[in-house]
Amino acid sequence: MKSYAPIVVVVALLAVVPFIVTSNVVLNFLVMALLIALAGQGWNLLGGYGGQYSFGHAAFFGTGAYVTAILQVRYGINAWLGLFVGIAVGALVGAAIGALSFRWGLRGSYFSLVTLAFAEVLRIVASVAPITGAGVGILIKLDLRPEAFQFQSRAPFYWIAVGLVGLSLVLVRAIEHSRFGAYLAAVRENEAAATALGVDAFAIKLGAMTISAAITAAAGCFYAQYFLFLDAAIAYGPWLSIDALLAPIVGGAGTLFGPLLGALVVKVLGEATKLFTGDAPGLDLVVYGVLLVGVVGLAPRGIAGFVATMTPKRLRLLWPSSLRHG
Amino acid sequence: MSRRSLGLSRRRFLRSSALAAGATTGLLHAPTLLSAQGAGVKIGVLHPVSGALSYSGQQGRLGAMLAIDEINTAGGIKALGGAKLEPMLGDAQSTPDGGNAEVEKMNAAGVCAVIGGYASAICLSASQTAARYDLPYLVDVGVVDSIVTRGLKNTFRFGPGFGVIAKTALDNLVTINDQAGKPAKTVMIVHEDSAFGAGLAKLLNAQLPERGFQVLETISHPTPTREFENVVLKIKARNPDLVIPANYYNEYVLLARTMQQQRVRPKAIYSVLGGAASSYKFVKEFPEAAHYIMDCNHWFNPKNPKALALKKEVESKGQFYTYEVYMNYSCILLLADAVERAASVDRAKIIDALASSTFSGHVMPYGPTKFINGQNQGAAPVNTQVLGNDIQVILPAAFASAKPVFPIPPA
Amino acid sequence: MLSAVILIPAVLNGLMTGAVYALVALGLTLIYGVLHIINFAHGALLTAAMFAAFFAYTVLGLDPYVALFLLMPVFFVVGYALQRYVIGPAAHGDDRNFLLVTLGLAVVIENALLYAFRADTRTVNLPYAFKVIEIGNMFLAVPRVVAFVAVVAVAAALWLFLQWTATGKAVRAVAKEKLGAELCGIDVAHIYAVTFGLGTACVAVAACLLIPTYYVNPTAGDAFVLIAFTIVVLGGMGSVIGALSAGLFVGVVESLSTIALGESLGQIGIFVMFIVVLLVRPSGLFGERA
Repeated sequence: MKSYAPIVVVVALLAVVPFIVTSNVVLNFLVMALLIALAGQGWNLLGGYGGQYSFGHAAFFGTGAYVTAILQVRYGINAWLGLFVGIAVGALVGAAIGALSFRWGLRGSYFSLVTLAFAEVLRIVASVAPITGAGVGILIKLDLRPEAFQFQSRAPFYWIAVGLVGLSLVLVRAIEHSRFGAYLAAVRENEAAATALGVDAFAIKLGAMTISAAITAAAGCFYAQYFLFLDAAIAYGPWLSIDALLAPIVGGAGTLFGPLLGALVVKVLGEATKLFTGDAPGLDLVVYGVLLVGVVGLAPRGIAGFVATMTPKRLRLLWPSSLRHG
Repeated sequence: MSRRSLGLSRRRFLRSSALAAGATTGLLHAPTLLSAQGAGVKIGVLHPVSGALSYSGQQGRLGAMLAIDEINTAGGIKALGGAKLEPMLGDAQSTPDGGNAEVEKMNAAGVCAVIGGYASAICLSASQTAARYDLPYLVDVGVVDSIVTRGLKNTFRFGPGFGVIAKTALDNLVTINDQAGKPAKTVMIVHEDSAFGAGLAKLLNAQLPERGFQVLETISHPTPTREFENVVLKIKARNPDLVIPANYYNEYVLLARTMQQQRVRPKAIYSVLGGAASSYKFVKEFPEAAHYIMDCNHWFNPKNPKALALKKEVESKGQFYTYEVYMNYSCILLLADAVERAASVDRAKIIDALASSTFSGHVMPYGPTKFINGQNQGAAPVNTQVLGNDIQVILPAAFASAKPVFPIPPA
Repeated sequence: MLSAVILIPAVLNGLMTGAVYALVALGLTLIYGVLHIINFAHGALLTAAMFAAFFAYTVLGLDPYVALFLLMPVFFVVGYALQRYVIGPAAHGDDRNFLLVTLGLAVVIENALLYAFRADTRTVNLPYAFKVIEIGNMFLAVPRVVAFVAVVAVAAALWLFLQWTATGKAVRAVAKEKLGAELCGIDVAHIYAVTFGLGTACVAVAACLLIPTYYVNPTAGDAFVLIAFTIVVLGGMGSVIGALSAGLFVGVVESLSTIALGESLGQIGIFVMFIVVLLVRPSGLFGERA
């Protein structure tokens, strides 16, 4: 129970923010950061803890988003129910892609590329299929009632995002402590050895992928409710696949708070560069790219990894084992 | 033990969140473009100036800034003692969440209205965010009908939507076809597959048969498309009387060039919101491919001296006079008029002023503005044709500078 | 609909388009085969090369087919320097970091181009751009035929280089067994940089071949990236012949599936094939079995 305490503290701190900061600009910024943190936590489970780098997490994000949007717009189903169905379908898609990929033994870059391909296939299908509105996209009707998962003020959205992120943190922490988590780490470190010791690598990886997909699908459902408009490029576009892997890698892949930290840092970096470069188009992104390269050059194991190298030796014994050997 | 790790994580988190809050509050105090002379009229100017839509975004921004400079030089808003318009420029980064974030910042900075967006997806999201704060939002171009059918009191669209554009395009097509003795019966539609192209294609497919045309095939393509060889192959094989393209500039140019290369010459290329069909850039760079192409698109009023003066000014800056420029220009003028009549920067008053406006000082062929449910009723596209290395208006007759050439003479 | 009148030109179209894809993929496959990194900056480098070719024509008056011989060495040096002094050092040899660094590089290049040259689409209107070779009732665009021939020539030249020259052999050695190569006295960092330089030079040639028929803007190169990845995997990472054959194959598949399913849905043909190949034979047509 003690190891859940940091999560409680972080969530409590996050929850308190709207009482201190009333600026909607900041709240909106934080909601986006939390959204990326949530999607990134999903990626982190599969990539950081499981060692399987996916380049196509948009597949799950988009599925969650579209499912909840379609259910509301075409079938009049309640948005909260849509959230659960969206997560379930996202998990199914994850299981399907995982089953195909892992069954045929895809690893490393091949796995990454196949996930990319799946996300692209979904994007293309969504851009022509009538049910997703094809090119026109889907617009969820503006209905500012809590029952419809829409709110007049930003704060409830923010708290829900915090709640979702908190849940994902608890889930991942629980996995860390479980046998499943141990097997996952074993598969990541050396799949052949793990298999030799009797670990069913396929089942473990499949499980990780399914849960990972569910978490990212939740982020997708939330996105749909927050912005109320989706099309194929938004739902299944590479932007999310990139953001969802950038955040954990920058924050520290394989660490619990990595995605949250990374998401905040990356977004702050983006805003800060805009501040200094003014209105010239593109210049802020140039600085952003340079900073990214710099961060990677100086802190290759992400920020959590960087911080770990700063703490005195004794504390290292308490740190997640993935960083000890990383 | 765990308290230490706890402390570390809390410290780490606090540091980054403080950084986040600091950076963003810093943003709020970032100097606006014109130094605040106290009582300025802040306006949010939102465009996708980076990312895939950056050309259109930059043109839109140009138009808006030209209008703002013009108003300020002429003495600003007289009803507010000569207060100058202060633009707060926002980059929507070609995504809805980018637009959204910018509107939040603009709201926090106290703008009295936001104009722009350009792409329908950005407009939809941004206007909704603006609606939370009862912030007036004036759409510059976004044509999707749902922009004005959501019941949002703050959202106004100066230009036409899909429905009107498709209807006008078809009405004019029938007119042109009838005048020439009905030589055209079969049609092929080539459209890009996002909101704009797909939505338009849907409407055309529904309405063309009613007007006596047969749609042989509808071809959708992604943006970007690398090449159109196969699309043109199909057109060649089917040999329609008319080809109707609806896509963005780059793809339109590729399509037209490929058709020229493959010697595919239908009776007419009749575009609806064709990306390059009524673009001076296209005509200048590819005169043979552009010749005789017809378009039903946003266009300035060629009989309005202000429109022509603006054209000269834009071209003297080395830019092309594209629809994003004059539509944004007109929107700013419209907004300034509303602020004058409201004699206030109060958002509710500006919304009322816009809703009741009958503004004619713009450069579009719409007549005085009249908004019902946020849509300007007089807004309509115009038919153009590339003739003699220039773009002429061919319909409606009131604004026409040339007669349509249809069918296209053989090569 | 699917008659010979359409199918034969479609196949020829596919071959010509595929040739250019193959050239872009050639650079990528070399880089992957030797450095084992997925170069996310490839598309941005292609865009940069296209701008270079554009300015070579508008400022220096060089026809793209002539500028080709100038830009090839220039971009080789650019690629060499990038790998040697930026990417290599920043990545500390970790695969994941290469990913992030090349991603960051892509963002920098693309937006620097946007900042410097604005977003306008630029084209060149060359006198021979619209010339066609008539075969039966098919019109084959001259620039595309030239591109096809050029790509085959480049691929052949590259293959010969890798087979017969000392540097080429060193490249193959590093690709096969880095440690062993190092122990034989090969300067691995130098070879990495040479490979990256070769990959970038390929992209420069592709840019010059594209300019007559395509357009240039800061995001122009992006459209080729995913396809290039597909070809690299299909052909076998590191195989020159693989990249060429797979490129042509993918071009034809794309062409036929867009004829059958339309341009939008037809793109699926490539990715579905990609997935199938990955699942069934991940080492690709010509790669070595993992």
